[in-house]
Amino acid sequence: MFGYSMADIGNIVVMQGFSGLSMFTVLLLMALGLAIIFGQMGVINMAHGEFMTIGAYTTVLISKVAANYGFTDYYFVFAIAIAFVLAFAVGYFIEFIMIRHLYKRPLDTLLATWGLSLVMQQIFRSSFGAKEVSAELPEWMLGSFNPTPDIDIPINGVFVMVLAALVTFGVYMFMFKSRWGLRVRATVQNRTMAGAVGINTAKVDRVTFALGCGIAGIAGAAFTTIASTGPTTGTLYIVDSFMVVVFGGAASIVGTIASAFGIAQAQSVLQFFMTSSMGKVSTLLVIVTILMMKPEGLFASKLRK
Amino acid sequence: MTLWEKMKASPLMGGKEGVIGLAVLAAVIFVVLPLGVDIFRLNLIGKYLTYAFVAVGLVMLWGHGGILSLGQGIFFGLGGYAMAMFLKLEASDPLSTKIQSTPGIPDFMDWNQLTALPWFWEPFKSLPFTIFAVLTIPALFAYIIGYAMFKRRVGGVYFSIITQAIALILSILIVGQQGYTGGVNGMTDLRTMLGWDIRTDSAKYILYFVNGLLLFGAIFLSKYIMSSKFGMLLLAMRDKEERVRFSGYDVSNFKIFIFCLAAMMSAVGGAMFTLQVGFMSPSFVGIVPSIEMVIFCAVGGRASLIGAVYGTLLVNYGKTVFSETYPEMWLFLMGGLFISVVMFFPSGLAGIWDKYATKYGWFKDKAEPVKKPEVSTSEGEAQAVLTETAPETSMATDSAAKKATRKKADTTPAIDSNKMRGAEA
Repeated sequence: MFGYSMADIGNIVVMQGFSGLSMFTVLLLMALGLAIIFGQMGVINMAHGEFMTIGAYTTVLISKVAANYGFTDYYFVFAIAIAFVLAFAVGYFIEFIMIRHLYKRPLDTLLATWGLSLVMQQIFRSSFGAKEVSAELPEWMLGSFNPTPDIDIPINGVFVMVLAALVTFGVYMFMFKSRWGLRVRATVQNRTMAGAVGINTAKVDRVTFALGCGIAGIAGAAFTTIASTGPTTGTLYIVDSFMVVVFGGAASIVGTIASAFGIAQAQSVLQFFMTSSMGKVSTLLVIVTILMMKPEGLFASKLRK
Repeated sequence: MTLWEKMKASPLMGGKEGVIGLAVLAAVIFVVLPLGVDIFRLNLIGKYLTYAFVAVGLVMLWGHGGILSLGQGIFFGLGGYAMAMFLKLEASDPLSTKIQSTPGIPDFMDWNQLTALPWFWEPFKSLPFTIFAVLTIPALFAYIIGYAMFKRRVGGVYFSIITQAIALILSILIVGQQGYTGGVNGMTDLRTMLGWDIRTDSAKYILYFVNGLLLFGAIFLSKYIMSSKFGMLLLAMRDKEERVRFSGYDVSNFKIFIFCLAAMMSAVGGAMFTLQVGFMSPSFVGIVPSIEMVIFCAVGGRASLIGAVYGTLLVNYGKTVFSETYPEMWLFLMGGLFISVVMFFPSGLAGIWDKYATKYGWFKDKAEPVKKPEVSTSEGEAQAVLTETAPETSMATDSAAKKATRKKADTTPAIDSNKMRGAEA
């Protein structure tokens, strides 16, 4: 097959599969934020990629500061926290001045947030320059480990995966085991009733939106470990992440994980055997075709209407 | 009846204001601009006006039908590429490509080691087929997308996201398949159409006027459709889709039709773009141009056909001026435009015009003669919207659009997705 031996194919699948996993984690983190915002609130946030870029630039800046003061080894923990807080704060602000006026017009939110993404891209370009920058990774993240001589797995990938697992777990706990999550779900199911029992639905909306953005910030921090950051980095992922959310079935965390995994793996493995553009095209085509057959996504929550 | 009275009475024109609006637009496009600016600028304006085809299609699709397609660039691109393929084949006759290793095929194919013309290029040697293809291929493509989605009652933001993904797929495909499509550079160096040099000044003038006439054809066709019963149904579908369905109409077929028509118009725009600009590239197919075309329509007024043309001209003029002088300001301005139009002027320029010009000016009397279709949620009135075929102007529906956005206040954001799932189950 394609002139490779079976052992080669095995190794390729493992390594491409692993590089797919790095992409999976970024997509998953992006899509988790989107799934919260879109799935729970019905808001289309086209600027979501830019919130990821906020996180990425924050991490890059902190790594520069860390290099100056010599705490490069463990700056990443701070970077993740600050990336989250910054993206959360910006999201909170944006919800307050813009999104909350548009809840009744989902299509218009889409256009307004697209405009927001243009503005944010230009802010990035003006303040950080058009050139891509990358964070200085701590020593321990740089190596790779080899279970067999032919397989090479980068440590930063493992780290990002652990991070993604933690965040996913956190989101799950927040949404399904905390008082806040209860309020969010109540608001989604019946806004009027939720308001009537004393839930401040406007505040729930704001925090939910900001939380989604904050998670995108974490995605940005994770992103710096596998690629360099530029002003338009976010736009590369936005369509993919929307596909992940829609394909998985909005409002379903399991669906989001499964579809992020499927999409990332399919792209990564196909890109090895075809050209990179054809790999992407065929993946997206398959998704669009499946969505046309099954528009509610893979794991839609059962709703009676 | 004099001609003037006849025109005023015709639902096609849309009352006194409609006639005057069209006349002013015609004067601007056919007299003021050709006399006022040099051929270089006029050619540029001609290019903007090709986007207006897309914007006019979007007025029907989005402003009146409530279907936001973020993939109109697909159809613009398909039309443009069909025309470009014909022109490219003509430009690469064996004589002028004799230095290539395979003479007679387009240069980019030669660079990509293709030795024969691919089969799907063959029919584009004929102009009638090309024109046929410009009109049918995008419409057929739209039919497939529309059929698959509207029959399953996929609507709202899902439709937007999926059309956007298709636009992305197509642009990646065009860039990736360099040997067949010219890749990221697109098809350049297009010279003649049936031996007629399209790069001369006189050709540019002629193409500009042909383009303008076609645009007016598109506007009249849209006006005709909107003043018919179908136009009424379209509005009713936008505002209360379920009710239209319960009244016995097959909503999906209407949606498919309007989507195909908008696609066809975009394709004509794309073909005229190729003819006037002399090249076609994937940068007019993907996500960014598709969304920009929506903003042209939104700035002009999403429910106003004439407004959409002005919106297109204005935004593109702004884009040209700003990207020449302050390139870094342009994205701020464009982004700000998106945000402010959506938040503060949902009915765009046409809305502002309606609000102020009719209050102070010459059009004060227009409110009485034109019967506005009221958008209402109460049963009796909604029924009236369904059955009546009163004359209606595009300007008048603007206020209806505004009302509709308010009226939607009773639906929570989450319902949109639930509705779809519910309908599916």
